[in-house]
Amino acid sequence: MSQLALVIDLNVCVGCSACVTSCKEWNTSGPAGFMSDDNPYGKEPTGTFFNRVQTYEVGCFPNTETIHFPKSCLHCEDAPCVPVCPTGASYKREEDGIVLVDYDKCIGCKYCSWACPYGAREFDEHQKVMKKCTLCVDRIYDQSLPETERKPACVLSCPTSARLFGDVEDPESEVSVAIREEGGYQLMPEWGTKPSNHYLPRRKTRLHIHEDELVRADNPLKKEERQPSAPVDEPTLDDSTSW
Amino acid sequence: MHPAFSVIFLTTLIGVGQGLFLALFTGQSYAAAQFLPAQNGTGFFAMGSLIALLFLIGGLISSIFHLGHPERAWRAATKWRTSWLSREVLALPVVMFFVFVYGLMHYMNWDMVIFVTSTGVKFNLSLLVGAVGAAAVFILFLCTAMIYAAIKFLQEWSNPLTIVNYILLGTASGFTLAAAFSSYTAPDLIRFFSVWAIIITVMAFVSRSASLIRNARIKYKSSIQTAIGVRHNQIVQNAQGAMGGSYNTREYFHGKTAIFLKSIKWLFMMLVFPVPIILLSSGMDDNNGAVLLAAFMVQYVGLLAERWFFFAQANHPQNIYYQTV
Amino acid sequence: MNYSPESEQMNVNSRIEVKNTTCYMCACRCGIRVTLRDGEVRYIQGNPEHPLNQGVICAKGASGIMKQYSPARLTKPLLRKQGADRGDAQFEEISWDKAFGLMEERLSHLRATDPKKFALFTGRDQMQALTGLFAKQFGTPNYAAHGGFCSVNMATGMIYTIGGSFWEFGGPDLDRSKLFIMIGTAEDHHSNPMKMALSKFKRNGGRFISINPVRTGYSAIADEWIPIKPGTDGALILCLIRELIAQGLYDRDFLVQYSNSAQLINTDEASDEHGLFIRTESDKEPGCFDPMNELWWDRHTDAAVKTHTEGADPFLMGEFKLEDGTSVKPAFQLLKDQVEEYTPEWAENVTGIPAETIRRLAHEMGITARDEKIELPIAWTDAWGKEHDTITGNPVAFHSMRGTAAHSNGFQTIRALAILMSILGTIDRPGGFRHKAPFPRPIPPCAKTPKGPEGVNPNTPLGGMPLGWPADPNDLFVDENQKPVRIDKAFSWEFPLSAHGLMHNVITNAWRGDPYQLDTLMIFMANMAWNSSMNTSEVRKMLNDKDENGEYKIPFIIVADAFQSEMTAYGDLILPDTTYLERHDVMSMLDRPISEYDGPVDSVRIPVVPPKGDCKPFQEVLIEMGSRLKLPAFVKEGGERKFRDYPDFIVNYETEPGSGIGFLAGWRGKGGEKFMKGEPNPNQWEMYEKNNCVYQYHLPKSYQYMRNWNMGYLRWAQDHRLTRYAEPINIHIYSEVLQKFRLAAQGKYPGKQPPQHLRKRIEEHFNPLPFYSEPLEAQLTDKQKYPLNALTQRPMAMYHSWDSQNAWLRQIHAHNYMHVHPSLGALHGFGDGDWIWVESMHGKVRCMARFSEAVEPGTIWTWNAVGKASGAWNLEGDANESRKGFLLNHLIAEELPAHDAGEHLSNSDPITGQAGWYDVRVRVYKARDDEPKETWPQFDTMPALPGTGKRRSWQGFFAGMFTKGDQ
Repeated sequence: MSQLALVIDLNVCVGCSACVTSCKEWNTSGPAGFMSDDNPYGKEPTGTFFNRVQTYEVGCFPNTETIHFPKSCLHCEDAPCVPVCPTGASYKREEDGIVLVDYDKCIGCKYCSWACPYGAREFDEHQKVMKKCTLCVDRIYDQSLPETERKPACVLSCPTSARLFGDVEDPESEVSVAIREEGGYQLMPEWGTKPSNHYLPRRKTRLHIHEDELVRADNPLKKEERQPSAPVDEPTLDDSTSW
Repeated sequence: MHPAFSVIFLTTLIGVGQGLFLALFTGQSYAAAQFLPAQNGTGFFAMGSLIALLFLIGGLISSIFHLGHPERAWRAATKWRTSWLSREVLALPVVMFFVFVYGLMHYMNWDMVIFVTSTGVKFNLSLLVGAVGAAAVFILFLCTAMIYAAIKFLQEWSNPLTIVNYILLGTASGFTLAAAFSSYTAPDLIRFFSVWAIIITVMAFVSRSASLIRNARIKYKSSIQTAIGVRHNQIVQNAQGAMGGSYNTREYFHGKTAIFLKSIKWLFMMLVFPVPIILLSSGMDDNNGAVLLAAFMVQYVGLLAERWFFFAQANHPQNIYYQTV
Repeated sequence: MNYSPESEQMNVNSRIEVKNTTCYMCACRCGIRVTLRDGEVRYIQGNPEHPLNQGVICAKGASGIMKQYSPARLTKPLLRKQGADRGDAQFEEISWDKAFGLMEERLSHLRATDPKKFALFTGRDQMQALTGLFAKQFGTPNYAAHGGFCSVNMATGMIYTIGGSFWEFGGPDLDRSKLFIMIGTAEDHHSNPMKMALSKFKRNGGRFISINPVRTGYSAIADEWIPIKPGTDGALILCLIRELIAQGLYDRDFLVQYSNSAQLINTDEASDEHGLFIRTESDKEPGCFDPMNELWWDRHTDAAVKTHTEGADPFLMGEFKLEDGTSVKPAFQLLKDQVEEYTPEWAENVTGIPAETIRRLAHEMGITARDEKIELPIAWTDAWGKEHDTITGNPVAFHSMRGTAAHSNGFQTIRALAILMSILGTIDRPGGFRHKAPFPRPIPPCAKTPKGPEGVNPNTPLGGMPLGWPADPNDLFVDENQKPVRIDKAFSWEFPLSAHGLMHNVITNAWRGDPYQLDTLMIFMANMAWNSSMNTSEVRKMLNDKDENGEYKIPFIIVADAFQSEMTAYGDLILPDTTYLERHDVMSMLDRPISEYDGPVDSVRIPVVPPKGDCKPFQEVLIEMGSRLKLPAFVKEGGERKFRDYPDFIVNYETEPGSGIGFLAGWRGKGGEKFMKGEPNPNQWEMYEKNNCVYQYHLPKSYQYMRNWNMGYLRWAQDHRLTRYAEPINIHIYSEVLQKFRLAAQGKYPGKQPPQHLRKRIEEHFNPLPFYSEPLEAQLTDKQKYPLNALTQRPMAMYHSWDSQNAWLRQIHAHNYMHVHPSLGALHGFGDGDWIWVESMHGKVRCMARFSEAVEPGTIWTWNAVGKASGAWNLEGDANESRKGFLLNHLIAEELPAHDAGEHLSNSDPITGQAGWYDVRVRVYKARDDEPKETWPQFDTMPALPGTGKRRSWQGFFAGMFTKGDQ
């Protein structure tokens, strides 16, 4: 039993959208066929993407957190999009848990997307089938690629390595360790979909200064205390009395 | 949700077809029990079945416009074990089959008596077919409604009232059409169908109102906090990464104002319930076919609005991720 | 997963190739691998074997395909149609022969008569080694890249202080740092390497503080965000310096040994030497280095001694009298005196940052630097011959860019920053700031411009570099009347240290004929009719303005670009450039290489696809023109052409005959056995190609740190001809260079004298120690009327790139909003998403408001250059970029209002000429309901130029093929 998934580390994601376009770039020429773009040079350009980065502001100035939030298919363990599909085009693979769409079976009824609370599926307006993140299933098992490149395009591209990829069922995998140790969580747990993709929260590093750290015995200011000897040519007691 | 007209027409048209068939079957059942005079097989039942069938076909055609690849629609029958949509896809032709057979039997007058009770009530074969057909109709209603009610996070839909509403609204429109239809083909049944239409419409009014009241008080389980997993009472989306919009913004947002939504609600509450009831009562009193037909047409238009509202009112939790361009 | 039959067939029958080259979707220059299917681009990925990006790629890099296949590509040389006005974008296709002929005729005449009438300005640098060479060989002083309107304050402020700067020339060592402070860094500088380093830094437990008026991009993941009012960074930094000195939290030993902190300065105000270092005799021949003949006041002997005297320990503070009665103070004492007034309470008032936060920030820096010291077991020898067993590091690192630089007080702010980094003892040390070869350079670097018009002569190369680093007033490039020789007035008394020129004033100056008129203006890859100009609307008029004879005030404009930018509409002649995937290119050690902290790195581009249409790499244009014009570097003795083409030039060009120094440092020598210096290698390109298009040299560990004073490194650099002198480069806590200009303004410095009206300005700003002054524009603005600061930054997905026509990237940012704090909406009665007017004293724009809690409430900001002129970049006329997008540039003037220092002064830093982009003050108010719901100003829709591609109403890109959807 294995379940491949992404773990997205919001602690380091800067929202650069590398994952967004590298995904599109890989997949538009992949087995899914092209990923169409409408009005690519006109008003309201819009197209099919498997992955998008959203931005949220948490809190009020000046205590505002800006959170960049990449989201693609979460490859739920209990994927609600699968049983609703009338044709079986939407399916979850036994061997690795990837949720896929068989484009030859898809009738384009969009019901699977309705059944996804995360808005992870996108209907391709020109291919007329439902599309979604495949975890680059055409890369990760491709023996012709070097092993280090058998990863989803978004993972390879991510400049902050905010995207970890691996088997969340394997307790020793990088992703499982990250989830366990860094507070990995799931989106909308209230629906029992058990998303396989997890998110790691922001973690803060703080510095605590103790008062006694401010001044140390070797404070360099001490070296600047100049105590010149008093001048010899000015009057002293020697000049006025002989005792 | 963004209301799709294909689905609005699909559900309302087959609702009328299903309801009309139920009306025909009810009429025949009453006649068999001798509560009503028997009707002409060809003129009434066969014709009525044909009309019901046409509505069902109309719904089917309209559903095709919803599909990206209608040529593969046959595949939709394969996953009936898990998918209510697949079940609907199976149930609809079954209903159409029974409606067709039911009508054909009446038309061809293949209607042997298969059973007579001691009180002299005759059970014809067509009545048996009708009963099975009626059961199929209810199954179809259930399938259609469950497509929506089964999506648990669409909280406006995910409750038993959705099923009750689909059954009652479809049946009401069918009985109203039956009343109008009978004024041309079986004047004896006008009052029967009209009264039933009024009763079912009133029931539908009660259940639809109940769902409106319920939906107005929904406490949404999902919030921006659960959606992104951050606890804070002030979280605002600043960008969604697609300024020109995306499938997610087109499919799940109706794009209309709250006032528009409210107007549609009041419009359908008038057109589906009180107006048809008034027209039905006045039409049945003076046997006015035109008025009864008007009752049906008004109610049907109202149902289109009702169905539009049904979709528009549903808040998909995915929308939380797409609040701001 | 089922493969669609279509794709299956494609993959089976296709020819797949993978080629390495270097990205140019922004200025970051990552290594990329391009997968081609049947010769068309299928996939661009980061090259995992490239030292810069180690396999990652950004949103822009991954969208390179859409750049390559953009319908805005120019594919034909174009000549403005007879009778059409500039800006109308009416062109006819011509041949390259004709284009070259036209240029040859025009330019050879100019070169033979008055070479300065030809000006070459380029937007994107990193080709400066060649463009600069061309200009110098031509003989014109009028050359610069975009640095002047970008970040020259960063370069000069730091190089005049520590001999190095951020980005290409140095950066924060986040591998070993514990505390990282990013101040005034926009969304995404410097793209992938910074992102990679930041996440590693955070995961290693480092603490990241971002000081920025806006919290986006990198600031988003900071452990602490400290919002600051724009233009006040200097006040904060000076206050931090004050607090660190007051607490004794500075690295005394570092300052004594490696800076001029302890050097004695003449404080005798009456003296002509006032403010200069006391110097003794030096046994060294004068050269471009510090002879180290200044004095210390030794604590042990209580007497003046020569700096770095063995056994001496100088005072950093105090006041002393030399034997001749001259009163002197150590530079550090003067710094201490200078910052005395910058108390936390004062700074709170200026910056908006609570005094307590400022104090804490100073303590965090000082304590981390002092108590988290790194000792690396690396032995090294300093420039005075002293051997050290270890390398010490104080792990506090900084990064900064245009947020601090693009203000008219930016130079002094950045000087203050470099001083802050220095007193924490972090320069070229582990965990602090580290140089990248060929830096550090002497302070100031040796390159100089000619010192007057005598350096500009017909048919002769320029008598100096077009750009340089003045060391004193006599290095200025002015005529006998103290008037500028350069068209942009760089290196004149108006902007003495303008090391990158002032491209933002070229068009205005040429239009006005001040200091003179140009004949031919050649613009490469710079969108001067749009986002690269301040005062865009007026500049567009100037470009099209004619004199009383009906002649254009700028008679001839040549535009070289790969895309149909707004600027192309104003060209008389348009030269279609290639994309980065279609050409050879070098990231040269002579320019801005991609060196790493541990040694020099340079890299190349090698074409992966053939040029589209008739487009031609701009480098080839320069080689061709250099040959035709018989510029000495490009022809043999007899005048015949020397280089076949650009690749041939790269291999065989040497800076001087036999110098062994060329554009590429790797695989030099006949068989590629040498590096940095060596005779040309005919197989150099092949060797780069075999090695991921990159040459990397790892310095020995003992040469990797303390390079300003590392004898091993300095001698290595001298041996490999990176520098002429192996002399130590001490940090200029106190800048004698600035003091010399100040003395000149006071009439105390021999030689060139500033014009009267500029004396006060020079005296004030050429303060040898950093000080805070409000940006010039703000000083000249009615801040009651215009209370807000307005800023721009590029979104990460477009950072440092000129993309908006990119079909994928423009879906992410199709238009821009003005981001404002909700309190402004409440004050002025507008809501989120409402249309508002933003007005400065120079102009106004209408745009949409977007509420944000992540912006300092006195500041508003927007994404820069998302807005486009209608039809430009071959977008449809009603594209979001033009109807909902806007430029802030309309609010920003390229010149200051007339004031006591004169009129027509550039809106720039008075020291460096850095454009003061972020100094503008504005007000906001709601647009009326009956106004059009589109941005203002709007411009007539620019027609598609001949030779550009067709726009598809929709597209399905599949490995170089587009499915249907053709319009």
